[in-house]
Amino acid sequence: MALELKELKTDFRNDWCVGCGDFGILNSIHMAISALGKPRHEIVVASGIGCSGKTPHWINTYGVHTLHGRSLPFALGIKLANPELTVICVGGDGDGYGIGAAHFLNSGRRNVDVTYIVFNNGVYGLTKGQASPTLHRGEKPKSLPSPNINDNINPLAVALCSGYTFIARGYSYDVKQLKDLILKGINHKGMALIDVLQPCPTYNNLQTKEWYEGIEEDEETGVKTKKNPRVYKLEESGYDAVVKNPDNIEEVEHKMAQAFLKSQEWGDRIPTGVLYEISQPDYGARVAARMPAYAKTAPAKMPFYDLATKKANTDISPLLKDFQVV
Amino acid sequence: MEYLKEIAWLIGGPQGSGVDSSASTFAKTLASGGYHIFGGREYHSNIKGEHSYYQIRASDKPVRSSVNEVHILATFEEETLHIHQKYVLPNGAILFDPTISKPESIHRKDVTLVPLPYMDLIKKVAAEFGKEKDANKLAVMKNVLSVAASLALLEYPFEQIAKTVESFFIAKKPKLAQMNVRGAEMAYNYVRENFAKTEFPWRLKPIPVPAGEKRIFLNGTQAAAMGKILAGCRFQTYYPITPASDESEFLESHPEYGCVVVQCEDEISSVCMAVGAALTGVRASTATSGPGFCLMVEGMGWSGINEVPVVIFNYQRAGPSTGLPTRFEQGDLKFAMSSGHGDFPRIIMAPGDMDEYFFDAIDAFNYAERYQVPVIVLNDKNLANSTKTISMFDYSNATIDRGVLLTDAEVTKLAKGNGKPAKGENGNFKRFHFEENGISARPVLGQENGVFWNTGDEHDEYGHITEDPDIRIKMMDKRMHKLEVASKEIPSDKKVMTFGPKDADVTVVTWGSTKGAILDAMEDLEKEGIKVRLLQVRIIHPFPMEEVVNELKNAKIKVGCEMNFQGQLIAIIREFTGIAMDANIFKYTGRPMKKDEVRDALRDIVKKHSKKVVLTHGA
Repeated sequence: MALELKELKTDFRNDWCVGCGDFGILNSIHMAISALGKPRHEIVVASGIGCSGKTPHWINTYGVHTLHGRSLPFALGIKLANPELTVICVGGDGDGYGIGAAHFLNSGRRNVDVTYIVFNNGVYGLTKGQASPTLHRGEKPKSLPSPNINDNINPLAVALCSGYTFIARGYSYDVKQLKDLILKGINHKGMALIDVLQPCPTYNNLQTKEWYEGIEEDEETGVKTKKNPRVYKLEESGYDAVVKNPDNIEEVEHKMAQAFLKSQEWGDRIPTGVLYEISQPDYGARVAARMPAYAKTAPAKMPFYDLATKKANTDISPLLKDFQVV
Repeated sequence: MEYLKEIAWLIGGPQGSGVDSSASTFAKTLASGGYHIFGGREYHSNIKGEHSYYQIRASDKPVRSSVNEVHILATFEEETLHIHQKYVLPNGAILFDPTISKPESIHRKDVTLVPLPYMDLIKKVAAEFGKEKDANKLAVMKNVLSVAASLALLEYPFEQIAKTVESFFIAKKPKLAQMNVRGAEMAYNYVRENFAKTEFPWRLKPIPVPAGEKRIFLNGTQAAAMGKILAGCRFQTYYPITPASDESEFLESHPEYGCVVVQCEDEISSVCMAVGAALTGVRASTATSGPGFCLMVEGMGWSGINEVPVVIFNYQRAGPSTGLPTRFEQGDLKFAMSSGHGDFPRIIMAPGDMDEYFFDAIDAFNYAERYQVPVIVLNDKNLANSTKTISMFDYSNATIDRGVLLTDAEVTKLAKGNGKPAKGENGNFKRFHFEENGISARPVLGQENGVFWNTGDEHDEYGHITEDPDIRIKMMDKRMHKLEVASKEIPSDKKVMTFGPKDADVTVVTWGSTKGAILDAMEDLEKEGIKVRLLQVRIIHPFPMEEVVNELKNAKIKVGCEMNFQGQLIAIIREFTGIAMDANIFKYTGRPMKKDEVRDALRDIVKKHSKKVVLTHGA
């Protein structure tokens, strides 16, 4: 039974800035969970540190607000220990692509069935606007003392090279599209990345809502009109992201190549939507292949003692026999 | 000619040349002949080529440490001869390869020299099996030959050797088993024929095992891993590191027990993944060594403020930094006591022998869940890589304590109150409900009516972020109070162990595996008329104040004895009790304390009033 949106909200006071792109993402997550139709106690939202890190406190499911950069390992541990749970992981671009980069990379090759939503705004908002790993070289949002000296990471391309089996980009002011992407990511069996372009109205005065949507203001009248929107939807351009046959190397290469090219588009044209999707055995299936019990019982629910006597009842005598000398 | 009750034997050689398997063959042969074994293994941080060695002690009574001098040195290369010949007992024997080492390179005139033509014998075996061309590739058989030759000197019955050698290879390569047994036989006969009439005075024969006694022969990582399996650990994470990885690899090798083992990208991931898993109710753990433990402390702090039971095994090795990466030190205690920023409760255990490695694993998970705290178990490289015979574990009384972990039905009942103040509302649960003993009833992720939040921030009872000063005080008090509760509830014999007479001349204080060398030294000193008492501190945090003070307040001479530079336990004892030691024994070469050097140091402290002895033994 689908949950009503109001059931998914909490009373916890929201302290994001007015006009923050995070609100759109939060709404999309609410809508996606509502559409998912699972009871809320079977859903866990894990997060890192920063403005985005507080997200779980406004979602009325189990929430695990972790450490800076470490949301993925926590989320993976939760999912692997209890695969019955739906695990959504959220965090910022500094959190995921900077301090947590090792986890971002290595989560790809594990392909655990987790959906990772990154609030990507190019700055470290909560520490007052320093450059994040996705800010381009030479750009100078208002809090930087001098233009950014580093080149930027392209998270979509990195995800593609790291084994992510679902790669998408959303835009926080297109709540409907983002909700669809999140729902697809959740329903995808494997590691999904949804990188979300999320304007920070306080510290990023370059990649603003106006910039993304090509909104221009008439100097004389102050009237705003959408002229040349930068963000566009891949699904409306005839782009086909899905690998139909994962065993067909040619098709896989082609779909990866086109996803890589799309990941490079920036500036006047910025693609949103699903860039790449492939079906591969997820980590749980790989564990179950060597440990059949895993497919039947989650480690979290595996019995190991007698409930009445509290005695440990794992029979380790076969192990000990290997060590017996007399 | 004299039949020995105890023997020490050492084999050395380049890493990767089979030293471990020869030592294991030698040890198992004697273990199956009724002897108690202690095997100490030393090696470099290197894959192949550097010098490594393995000392086996066998005795008719339990042995727990290595010794300075051996009865027989077995080798087939020059470096071992060079390094270890001075540690052979007078009248002992040195086995060597005459095609590699000349007798002149052995300066000892008081030992029997046994030049063993390894390759000639191996070529003969190869020929018998029609494998002449492969003789050079079978050079690794030198190991079995050196074991058989050593035991031939001792006139130990060949059938025992044959049985062990065969069991080593039979499952994988039956033909190789036959060849090795034949090689062993040739070496055995060669020594009997050519060296039976030498001065070598010692013999060894199998001894009876008490009726009904079953013994196992294993190392510390194996004992710990089996303890974890019995404890119900079904989720283990690790990042490769010496010497801790062996434990995780053991768990991964036994998928039949259902423990998911994840090799992570680093130790930060390892601890966070284990803590995440623990939130679902699984018993979760990670194993590492000092450098990895350094990376884990932020994640451990998170488990502290979120009251998540997680168990961290830290196999200590010599630091700082990479230090002596394959050597032993008890150097992480003070760090473990204060690792992580801010104050949060933790329990620190320090097992000191194979039995404690096994049983403490169960206690560690029980404490973690009962008190909802991270538990750090300070193991070490010494026991991780040492092998020992012990009585078969009797775990029939191993009990699981999950504290106030809630069933699905209990969550709903408590959430609704049912006549009592409700711990929840609208499906949400006060995970951090204030309780007198500080321990809140614990739902896990996935339970209906149990929805709560975790956060590394200070939080309210539901787990939502708060910076309210009053709640902060209550939450800090609640969490830290759990340590006082643990201190009251945990029985004294789990916190400290004592050995030796109460009216001793000297009381030694130690922790961890250094216990072994001290207990062995105590037996020697007793024969000399020096009475020693040992206080082994097993749980170091919360600090067992009462037990330690009671033991030390009337002690005549108090001696600290630990494997580090500054005396970490004795500093902690002084911090908590104000009691200072009268003398100290330290060692920081990375090589474990040997029985003899501990004995000599204690004797010097009693007789010559030495204040500080720094031990140095071991190549």
